[in-house]
Amino acid sequence: MSAELKDNVKGLFGEFGGKYVPELIIPALEELEEAYDKYKDDPEFQEEFNYYLKQYVGRANPLYYAERLTKKLGGAKIYLKREDLNHMGAHKINNALGQVLLAKRMGKKRVIAETGAGQHGVATATVAAMFGMECEIFMGAEDVKRQALNVFRMKLLGAKVTSVTDGTQTLSDAVDAALRNWVERIDDTFYLLGSAVGPHPYPTIVRDFQSMIGEEAKEQILEQEGRLPDYLVACVGGGSNAIGLFYPFVEDKDVKMIGVEAAGLGVDTDKHAATMAKGRKGVIHGFKTYVLQDDNGQIMPVHSISAGLDYPGVGPEHSYLKDIGRAEYVSVTDDEAVNAFQVLCESEGIIPALESSHAIAHVLKLAPELDQDQVIIMNLSGRGDKDVYTLADRLGVEL
Amino acid sequence: MSRIATTFARLQDQGQQAFIPFLMTGDPTLELTKELVLEAERNGADIIELGIPFSNPLADGPTIQRAGKRSLAHRTNLKDIFKLVKEIRTESQIPIVLMGYFNSIFNYGLERLINSCEEVGVDGLIIPDLPMGEDEELRALSNEVDIISLVALNSSPKRIKELAENSQGFIYAVATLGTTGERGEVSKEVKAKVEEIKSLTSTPVAVGFGISKPEHVKEVASFADGAIVGSAIIKRLEDNLELLPESEAEFINSVGEIVSTLTSPLN
Repeated sequence: MSAELKDNVKGLFGEFGGKYVPELIIPALEELEEAYDKYKDDPEFQEEFNYYLKQYVGRANPLYYAERLTKKLGGAKIYLKREDLNHMGAHKINNALGQVLLAKRMGKKRVIAETGAGQHGVATATVAAMFGMECEIFMGAEDVKRQALNVFRMKLLGAKVTSVTDGTQTLSDAVDAALRNWVERIDDTFYLLGSAVGPHPYPTIVRDFQSMIGEEAKEQILEQEGRLPDYLVACVGGGSNAIGLFYPFVEDKDVKMIGVEAAGLGVDTDKHAATMAKGRKGVIHGFKTYVLQDDNGQIMPVHSISAGLDYPGVGPEHSYLKDIGRAEYVSVTDDEAVNAFQVLCESEGIIPALESSHAIAHVLKLAPELDQDQVIIMNLSGRGDKDVYTLADRLGVEL
Repeated sequence: MSRIATTFARLQDQGQQAFIPFLMTGDPTLELTKELVLEAERNGADIIELGIPFSNPLADGPTIQRAGKRSLAHRTNLKDIFKLVKEIRTESQIPIVLMGYFNSIFNYGLERLINSCEEVGVDGLIIPDLPMGEDEELRALSNEVDIISLVALNSSPKRIKELAENSQGFIYAVATLGTTGERGEVSKEVKAKVEEIKSLTSTPVAVGFGISKPEHVKEVASFADGAIVGSAIIKRLEDNLELLPESEAEFINSVGEIVSTLTSPLN
């Protein structure tokens, strides 16, 4: 299976994935595919990528044994993969760096990106500044409001931030706007897609540029525990941090993999983003996957307290892993995530992103049910400085 | 021969080109869409393109996005659209092609869709996000319904050749490197692209995206077999929505007028 997923010419993960885009975008995807095929195994490219991952991003980041949290829950040992310690505070920089190096080799002068929570926008603006490229970020107007701090960071980094007022004014609309802009400026522009979604080859590229998360974690857990973990847990919006952690473990059948989606106010309300729980097969943003849609196939508005999980689709490889039963997908509510956020702050002195707090919330349920000799690796995909205003608001604290 | 092929053959015999207006089904209502189709036909339309409204219309600019939103406000769906075409067919045999995004069609079911099209008399399908490489299943299911291929200004010669070989009904040449919407002029590259396509196939070629003025229609007609206009017509419709519900006839007329103005260079 791994070989099948690795050399994936048509970009299919079972029946999911593909390239459902206007003809106009096809040449750009073909150009990208060709460039990626050429460079992915190129030692010079890999050397440069690894150089910046080490010297600029600060990898490898730790796999931290959360001892107090473990004791508090009284079950399995909990390890946190500290993506929050990366430069700029989230896993998004890994992929942004990989793609900007690709863009540079393709001779592109301008990069654009969509962003939800703003983490991918910040990551893109960061690497664009670093390599002297023009940068424009598309962000839903609602998210611009929720994530004022990240908007300002992007501007400080020299990016233009375009607020998207279509639809629900969140991530899904930002993707549409970015794709439209790409179509308009296809000659000089590289679309730096931030999650493991979109038309082929993006889901594969993003997965590959995030796979060091799982590769490092594997090496680190073997070093610290002398064995593989029993569980991997990661939050899933589009699913890039989760696939980055999962992919290197797909062949290790005894390692259970759990993706955690945003249940918002509850999966039985109309305010959630639990695509796996409530979605049907469909096509969104250029690929086939599970999609939150109404009876007529219209994409539904989604909600989560976390802007980064607010997405009505999910990466095609996740849909595949779900269908073949290799990974399990669960969801946690806004309230559970907020509680988990506080628990991690108080038990470990780590302020997690609200996205990652969803994964923590599931760990809070899972760990006590397991034996003390079992091991969970949870991906702490980002830090929560950006979310403190949302939290304060939620807890009725005026800042 | 399909209604689309018959229409192009008749026009070619007369040395004329097709005028293809786009209307968003259900904008502003299904009943008015029927009236607008008949009005467009009276004012010189040769083929009608009817939009299927979708929540995420990737290839559309702001004007057609707004039209889709107005239609979705009363939840227009494919069932409604087929019912409407069935009603139109009692009064008109003008070729009708549906234009919509793949999720709507996938959700309805591919086989069911083709059956519905054949049953009510839909002649063709334009699905901008179902490019060659993803359309095999739909093509295999379809006998009578033309699956219309889109060619872009940046499509490679190899791809154009394959698209031309598989083409049905007509080829839709996309005249802008971008989304639908009004533009100042028709880009120089369009003519060369259409000539390239025509050297490879006898399937008629119609040009759309950005065609918004009579001058554009005239220019396009000098090298292609048809012109497709959407946003400019929707814009007129939108400007006259205030006439509703009191002055329905005047509203319908106003849309007929813009169709008539746009087709004038073809007569």
